[in-house]
Amino acid sequence: MLLAIDTSAGTSVAIVDAQGVVRAEHNSSDTRKHAEVVGDFIRGCLTDAECAVTDLTGVVAGMGPGPFTGLRVGIVAARAFAFGAGLPLLPVVTHDALALGETEPIVVATDARRKELYWSTYEGSDAAGLPVRVAGPALAPAAELAASVPNFEHFHLRDSQPVHASNLARLAFLLREHHRPFAGEEALYLRSPDVTLSAGPKRVTA
Amino acid sequence: MSNPAPNLAPNPASAVARSALSGQLPANTTNPLVLGIETSCDETGIGIVRGNQLLANVISSSMDEHARYGGVVPEVAARAHLEAMQPALEQALAEAGVELSELDAIAVTSGPGLAGALMVGVAAAKALSVATGKPLYAVNHLVGHVGADVLRDDGTEIELPTIALLVSGGHTSLLLVRDLVSDVELLGETIDDAAGEAFDKVARLLGLPYPGGPQIDRVAIGGNPKAIRFPRGLTHAKDVDRHRYDFSFSGLKTSVARWVEREQDAGTDFSIADVAASFREAVVDVLLTKAVAACVDRGVPRLLLGGGVVANARVRELAAERCAEAGIELRIPPLSLCTDNGAMIAALGAQLIMARKEPSTLGFSADSTLPVTRIQA
Ligand SMILES: [Zn+2]
Repeated sequence: MLLAIDTSAGTSVAIVDAQGVVRAEHNSSDTRKHAEVVGDFIRGCLTDAECAVTDLTGVVAGMGPGPFTGLRVGIVAARAFAFGAGLPLLPVVTHDALALGETEPIVVATDARRKELYWSTYEGSDAAGLPVRVAGPALAPAAELAASVPNFEHFHLRDSQPVHASNLARLAFLLREHHRPFAGEEALYLRSPDVTLSAGPKRVTA
Repeated sequence: MSNPAPNLAPNPASAVARSALSGQLPANTTNPLVLGIETSCDETGIGIVRGNQLLANVISSSMDEHARYGGVVPEVAARAHLEAMQPALEQALAEAGVELSELDAIAVTSGPGLAGALMVGVAAAKALSVATGKPLYAVNHLVGHVGADVLRDDGTEIELPTIALLVSGGHTSLLLVRDLVSDVELLGETIDDAAGEAFDKVARLLGLPYPGGPQIDRVAIGGNPKAIRFPRGLTHAKDVDRHRYDFSFSGLKTSVARWVEREQDAGTDFSIADVAASFREAVVDVLLTKAVAACVDRGVPRLLLGGGVVANARVRELAAERCAEAGIELRIPPLSLCTDNGAMIAALGAQLIMARKEPSTLGFSADSTLPVTRIQA
């Protein structure tokens, strides 16, 4: 069984068994309460699934893309849980989980705030059932998505939808089964920290 | 659209996870082994204590990354916490020579501090608590600074009540501590910049690098602290009613800037050492005048210092002088426990356990403005 945690949008935590059955899932669309609810969601999933920590075989972390304050809450929770339970950490790209099971060419676009979108394009799925990412994840102004995505007309635009951690777990099972690489260790903020270097101290006298 | 909505397996009402219980007092309440997590500002601190005994104090600082910006950038700090968390946990356990499974409890700073930075520690602590089944204590950062004093190894125990002056880049607070786990009163705090921030800003306008405290100390050597009389914020008679124990450093910073600009405009060859020494004297004077006043007013002949600014030599020197004059006992924890660290959070967690306080429930939030009266969240 896998525990999966994603806070790239709201908070989603799930436990899925090796047959792909969702044993428990807790979701909140609140984008300001990740750190508040993540502990109760993890414990709630273990309780609902009647699952002991020792029944788990890995912890799936949604690496984004996602707005930074929330995104890293899920990542650090997944890392800390994996460390605490002595389990492997399985990082996945959240957009890949949103594209799981798609057979046609699609654009996944999710809210990046500040009138921007995170997007990725997929050419359906491969023989293993894994989504085939063509481009992204990347960041674009919401009003200029069509101009920013290469070959935009070719893809069907998917509404940004709630992220279900259970789909991250299913994706992780497939990656593991087919010996495909997991995502990198770095959080996919896709934005640098908001810092403007000032030229030096400003005068206080005119 | 083939992205399936999850179909949930049946959920027996009586289901109880075989692990992940964290609602009970730890079995060991006399000498508990506690791991503390601190991420309220730019230090990722992991500490481990057994009762009042310090076993490990690992600090991973992102200070160097902030240097080019001249001050702590919250987003830069929060990103650094995410990357430092697991290595710091591993290092602390190795230093203490203990396994996660041996811990009696976990403690974490839930506030006050930078919201995005606090969230990283809070989320990590909750996940670690559920994964290990260890009870979790959410504690107050400022009270943690006071709690650090129980870890000194000279065998003298902190006597209460005490006044505590906590000064760093993030806070400047004056507390009356009657009981570490149940009775802390906020007497005053800064109404604008923290004292450490004032050091950073003045260092910057003198062309000195970040962090400003050590730089000001360095160039103040040989300077005359009485050369320039910079203002002491909130010490005028008109302020004393409403702000007797409050601090303000933003006017002082502006006053230093004005003075320097005037001299520069006039082409005077002024002494940076005098400016640094006089500025530092203004900060330290107002800090200790108010702290000593609190001791005298409240009839509490004890003063405890905490926070990174305590590393400033002049703070310690003037504190010793003023306390000796007023017959006040001065306590300064070791410097490695004055700056933000996880050991002080673990120590406060251990104090709560030894006082048989129940663990926090998992739903607490990262509270950037957590009041000192809330010792445990
Ligand atoms: Zn502090």
